[in-house]
Amino acid sequence: MKQLLVLSGKGGTGKTTIAGAFIKLSKARAYSDCDVDAPNLHLVMKETVPPLKRDYYGLPKANIDPQICINCGKCFEHCRFDAITKDNNTHIVDPFSCEGCAVCEFVCPVNAVSLSPNVAGDLMLYKDEQKVFSTAQLKMGNGTTGLLVSEVKKQMIDESKDVDLAIIDGSPGIGCPVIASISGVDMVLIVAEPSVSGISDMDRVIEVAKSFGVKIVVCINKFDTNKEKTREILDYCDKENIPFVGNIPFDSLAVRAVNSGLSIVELGCPSGTAVRNVYRRTMQIFFSKGRREK
Amino acid sequence: MKIAIPADNNNIDSKVSQSFGRAPFFLIYDTETEKSEFLNNTAASLQGGAGIKAAQLIVDSKASALLAPRCGQNAADVLKSGNISIYKIEATSLMENITAFKENRLALLQDIHTGFHDKYRV
Amino acid sequence: MTNIAFKKDLKIAVLSGKGGAGKTLLSVNLAAAASQSNYIDCDVEEPNGHLFFNPTWYMEKDVFVKIPVVDESICDGCRKCLDFCRFNALAYINNRLKIYEDICHSCGGCILVCPLMALTEKDKLIGKVSLGNSEDVRVLSGMINIGDSSGTPIIKELLSQSRSLSDKRPTFIDCPPGSSCIVMESIKDADFCLIVMEPTIFGRHNFDMVYDLVKLFNKPSAVVINKSIDGYNPSENFTDKDEIKVLEKIPFDKELGLLSSNAEIVVRKSAKYRNFFSSLLEKIYMEVSNETVTRT
Repeated sequence: MKQLLVLSGKGGTGKTTIAGAFIKLSKARAYSDCDVDAPNLHLVMKETVPPLKRDYYGLPKANIDPQICINCGKCFEHCRFDAITKDNNTHIVDPFSCEGCAVCEFVCPVNAVSLSPNVAGDLMLYKDEQKVFSTAQLKMGNGTTGLLVSEVKKQMIDESKDVDLAIIDGSPGIGCPVIASISGVDMVLIVAEPSVSGISDMDRVIEVAKSFGVKIVVCINKFDTNKEKTREILDYCDKENIPFVGNIPFDSLAVRAVNSGLSIVELGCPSGTAVRNVYRRTMQIFFSKGRREK
Repeated sequence: MKIAIPADNNNIDSKVSQSFGRAPFFLIYDTETEKSEFLNNTAASLQGGAGIKAAQLIVDSKASALLAPRCGQNAADVLKSGNISIYKIEATSLMENITAFKENRLALLQDIHTGFHDKYRV
Repeated sequence: MTNIAFKKDLKIAVLSGKGGAGKTLLSVNLAAAASQSNYIDCDVEEPNGHLFFNPTWYMEKDVFVKIPVVDESICDGCRKCLDFCRFNALAYINNRLKIYEDICHSCGGCILVCPLMALTEKDKLIGKVSLGNSEDVRVLSGMINIGDSSGTPIIKELLSQSRSLSDKRPTFIDCPPGSSCIVMESIKDADFCLIVMEPTIFGRHNFDMVYDLVKLFNKPSAVVINKSIDGYNPSENFTDKDEIKVLEKIPFDKELGLLSSNAEIVVRKSAKYRNFFSSLLEKIYMEVSNETVTRT
């Protein structure tokens, strides 16, 4: 299975809209959403059947049994995360601050503390004859983790048989989840945004992708909102020898397409036409022989 | 000598796992006796530090070389401290890569990805 | 500038479910419109506020966390610390304990479990907070050095710096995106939460997540819709939610987009937007004073 990953660095550049269009155009039979903090791809894929859900466990959380607690304050004293508060009778753990380090359990002289499993998110699977769509949603108060991203991709790969192409909507940022998204893919499509913050974030995500030795291509979304910054991105690609696969204009019809649950390529609109061109060029490079080494 | 390879399944027909720290199994292969043994990678399901824990497993298994498609910085550091060389392979079959290793056709893994733990953010 | 009664050191947190919705645009321009205000950039992983304010920094403070160090002459390799560490930050190789600082969560557990007391702690620099001025706005910005480290200690330091400021000014907190624990940390002090939302089904979905968090902390809140365009808009259908109010819609506008993408503060560049954000600010103050009345 060859895997194409769509990334951006900065959030809100149109990554999911473009990934959704690519899924439609390629009639991909395997795809996934690795933005586990704020997954959006399922909103445009028009799923009619609810997904199969599995619990995803994060680090455990401490619990203090008020019946056993002697209010000695040792846990409070040793907790580095300000996760323990006290009242007149017992000590209480704030599950949102607790990082599951188990120090409180260790220092408690009366074994009042236990660590219990913590469901940190849902791993979800939409599967039918046509496709496999793997996604996940972290629960409130849980930090992003590369492990859940790996699980999303693993679920997609495990559930797909004889599928030659997979499209993956990546995670924002440059941290651990992004590294987990890139791991194992054949090519990365960067959706850049022509702005000061957009360029600085793009630069960093390209650096991450380069260290994996995967093919990288760049497109610019809403290129006409700042032509000067668009020029800067083009010069950057030239300098770094990164293939540029096209400009997509700002298009108010794109918002309308998204809001009616359609992909921009299903609606005759300027951004849809532009994405078709981006798709064509991306796929030419994607299926061309030979890896681009840095 | 013993070599370690991350594997998708615990049999010799398996493919190499793309990931090191989160590989489900490790094949420990003895090039002299041609015996293979599979270790469950207990680090695979860890929230964080999987690379370090997996590398510790490899060190404790007394392997002298790791064959893997990629490896993170912390894991590579543990392996280096354990005097284990890392060779770059493609995620094809285990046997193919064992043969390539025996015939000295493998190169050392150069591009250790930093994991981006130490980047200054502006 | 306003007759409404409210406390002078009001803290307003600006949030969104996802990056790119306009959090920085809102908080930067509200702070600029308020004048004599504080702006705190709690998005310590991608702090972009300073790109807009370009402040003159007058103070910098390093932020440290505690990291274990081993005395190799004492350690006998029992591996109790390895077994205890839930974050797998330790390895024992060739008769030496190795400590991976970027994985360590600074919980102090290894020090407690070591039977020989071979481990002690040292300070590790993880980032800094900077204070500066940009015209009459004080800018507090945090920056994290290390990718995988938690931003929470830096946010805690930023908020403690802001608490120690003696002048009574309104404060605008630019929160990290999402609804994770560091967002919770950022809004703990806030008197009011302003949620920025894009008018799409994506925006609506992301809003729901962050609104749940705001409700959990029982903070008064309102919504601003950014990049609003005419037509059917699923994100405005709030009937199934509590009485959250849409305070303002910022229409999609090329001038605004262009100025912002060049990291300009529109309030300082355009009379139209100076008026716009001043009036939004009035509405926020009005909401807060209503809240205070209804809540007390």
